[in-house]
Amino acid sequence: MLHLYTSANHSCTQRCILYVFTTQILMTQITQISGHGIPLTGNDIDTDRIIPARFLRCVTFDGLGEKVFADDRSQAQEKHPFDQPQYQNANILVVNNNFGCGSSREHAPQALSKWGIQAIVGESFAEIFFGNCVAIGIPCVTADRDTVQQLQQAIADHPEAPMTVNLETLEVHCGSQVFSVQMNPGAQQMMRSGTWDSCGQLTAQSDQIRATAAQLPYLSWQTN
Amino acid sequence: MSKGTLFDKVWQAHTVSVLPSGQTQLFIGLHLIHEVTSPQAFAMLRDRGLKVLYPDRTVATVDHIVPTENQARPFVDVLAEEMMQSLEQNAKENNIRFYNIGSGNQGIVHVIAPEQGLTQPGMTIACGDSHTSTHGAFGAIALGIGTSQVRDVLASQTLALSKLKVRRIEVNGELPPGVYAKDVILHIIRHLGVKGGVGYAYEYGGSAIAAMSIEERMTLCNMSIEGGARCGYVNPDETTYNYLKGRDFAPKGDDWDKAVEWWNSIRSDGDAEYDDVVQFNAADISPTVTWGITPGQGIGVAECIPALDSMPESEQAIASEAYKYMQLQPGQPIVGTKIDVCFVGSCTNGRLSDLREAAKFAKGHKVANGVKAFIVPGSERVKQQAEAEGLDKIFEAAGFEWREAGCSMCLAMNPDKLQGDQISASSSNRNFKGRQGSSTGRTLLMSPAMVIAAAIQGKVADVRELVS
Repeated sequence: MLHLYTSANHSCTQRCILYVFTTQILMTQITQISGHGIPLTGNDIDTDRIIPARFLRCVTFDGLGEKVFADDRSQAQEKHPFDQPQYQNANILVVNNNFGCGSSREHAPQALSKWGIQAIVGESFAEIFFGNCVAIGIPCVTADRDTVQQLQQAIADHPEAPMTVNLETLEVHCGSQVFSVQMNPGAQQMMRSGTWDSCGQLTAQSDQIRATAAQLPYLSWQTN
Repeated sequence: MSKGTLFDKVWQAHTVSVLPSGQTQLFIGLHLIHEVTSPQAFAMLRDRGLKVLYPDRTVATVDHIVPTENQARPFVDVLAEEMMQSLEQNAKENNIRFYNIGSGNQGIVHVIAPEQGLTQPGMTIACGDSHTSTHGAFGAIALGIGTSQVRDVLASQTLALSKLKVRRIEVNGELPPGVYAKDVILHIIRHLGVKGGVGYAYEYGGSAIAAMSIEERMTLCNMSIEGGARCGYVNPDETTYNYLKGRDFAPKGDDWDKAVEWWNSIRSDGDAEYDDVVQFNAADISPTVTWGITPGQGIGVAECIPALDSMPESEQAIASEAYKYMQLQPGQPIVGTKIDVCFVGSCTNGRLSDLREAAKFAKGHKVANGVKAFIVPGSERVKQQAEAEGLDKIFEAAGFEWREAGCSMCLAMNPDKLQGDQISASSSNRNFKGRQGSSTGRTLLMSPAMVIAAAIQGKVADVRELVS
């Protein structure tokens, strides 16, 4: 596989762009997300809350950003962090336990992404949500409860403080404070190498795919 | 690390490669798609000039958005119609088998694949829906996936996945009368928590599971995801094979015997090693009802809503939020909670055996005044079979509405919705805030029999009193 590396600067992120010729897909290495934080407290925030099901009546992900947390926001009457003026330029979400539980809808991370979120720090993530985030290039890093709460407080106290999630050092910088975080090693490797969009890697293995299929007895059984 | 379990064997048999990330590239034996999570995946394929690699390993149906009353096309909801047309076109362009409304085979994706024998032991199954875990009832490794992963399966018939740990959950003994598979899984989630299963596949076993029908096992595996486990399964046995034999896509002739031999070989070994083992006693399980806003907030029907000081500190914030949202007080009995809407259906409890059990309790009774109660079969086949048995007449005579097949009010992407802060007794799987279509709507999860009991009394009732 031929790789050509060039570098590019995003307004909020430091990224390196990688072209994978075999699949014609533009892949981006993600090593660091810089910008500002937004705290969202609460355990078990499910994907129905992130994007209520009625907004899934669509054939593209366009427009989902405006609907993120639609019901929670309307009930909080402008007091939801996603509506508060101090967080309107935020791109790093800080959440608590079991964030993204429930449905497998990729619409949830897509809605967060289209609102502007580029990385998530949390105590823990639901499995399918985590995988969906990886697949669209949103790194999710974890930290213990005290660390997350300190980080949420630090952001609330100083929303203007610059914040960085570094996937190489596994550190989060918020103003002058530094916090250690963890990341699933596979996801970390995929972000850093720019292979978080797995489609290219998977389709490149067509011979091995056919060989594995040939070994599976049920693919050749008679059904009539 | 687990060893010798069904999960290990099926994982091994389907491993294509180990990716540089350390993840496994896993072949997917059966891919199920529906109208909600597939349109964007097909768009991604088109953008990249990719084709569907194994069109005959993908099966499509429509379930989430279909109206259960007026199914005339075009749908009244233009957005639903657009999704429907998108699926019809994508299936046609890519030569994918599609069970459309009126085909006699349409229904909730997790109902139709098992009833047609598409779901089989030892398979890997993926679908852009978290309740794909349902298919684990047959001894398949069945995983809910997102839309980018639907794209990956369409393009490569594989997924990039990290191997899960395996927790064996044993339920031994005999379930008391009035206690169903739904109660078993609500009980398990209550005790292991909604995130207890993150990182795990759940292997269900023990004498209570062995005694369950395949449809009961589907109910059990269906809600594994509510416990945080991406998949759950039961080792295949005679119950599994008896259910499968003769179904449309089941192996036939000599291949049936070969299949049974292979299926037996992929069962967990007697000396299999697990990452964790948890045991429950069937006799301890009562009819269970959720009182809160997560499926883990469940109690036995005879219990009172728990007080804050009875729970770990980490559960207290969400419990406080739940009391407020549900308008329920700690210390209050759940029995007697007034109900506005009763719903029997969904991929959890919309199969023929669920409807039979519901009809048994509905027969000769009337839905309480002021309660809206409806029954939604999980598939066109379930509907047709239920009607052949006269179940529809029993329900209608008791004042229940009898609907067409679909996901209905489980997630309310169709006209079936709660209004305002209505409270529902629901046989579905999620009681999240706003789940049933109103941002203030409230959901109490329970078994179909308990839903019928609630419909008749107009309030949460203990089905065991009807049993005796």
